[in-house]
Amino acid sequence: MTDDSMSSMMKSELIEMMARKQSHLAYKDVELAVKSLLEQMSEALATGDRIEIRGFGSFSLHFRPPRAGRNPKTGDAVSLPGKYVPHFKPGKELRERVNQSIQKSE
Amino acid sequence: MALTKADMAERLFDELGLNKREAKELVELFFEEVREALENSQHVKLSGFGNFALRDKTQRPGRNPKTGEEIPICARRVVTFRPGQKLKQRVEAYAGSQQQ
Repeated sequence: MTDDSMSSMMKSELIEMMARKQSHLAYKDVELAVKSLLEQMSEALATGDRIEIRGFGSFSLHFRPPRAGRNPKTGDAVSLPGKYVPHFKPGKELRERVNQSIQKSE
Repeated sequence: MALTKADMAERLFDELGLNKREAKELVELFFEEVREALENSQHVKLSGFGNFALRDKTQRPGRNPKTGEEIPICARRVVTFRPGQKLKQRVEAYAGSQQQ
């Protein structure tokens, strides 16, 4: 049950929030830093490495085995190769903080 | 080898010329801002990487796996991550290079 009425924070807003708290840094530097962090994380996963951030969570790859699929247009059987997909496991602090927020908002 | 906050700060230091303390603070702040947004009931959308969303789970019956005793699992809110198209493609490319 995802509540679609929930608001979202986009990357640009995240950068703004961070820049406001690190006012001694140029906005551009904060922006470049966030882009670098996301690139480093993508790169790690793209080369099969895990990401471990204490209190936040860990990212790893899960393997999806090969399976038989169908071309939805023609109905022909096609074999789909196995693949890796990124997986996130929230850490303890994140789990607890998010779960506490549900009690507050009710 | 897992990527850690220390690795990330090191690279900000190398790439952006931030000093080590600034680099470390930015890495901390990045993850803290995401946690705060989620804690304040906001989803977090990081284009090119993926979206962190919140799901509210209702109470459901559970069991202590050791004793078999029935205990309800309380209603709770959990974080889920959906990788973006770009990240999925990059990761799949890795799968293509592996012989399974």
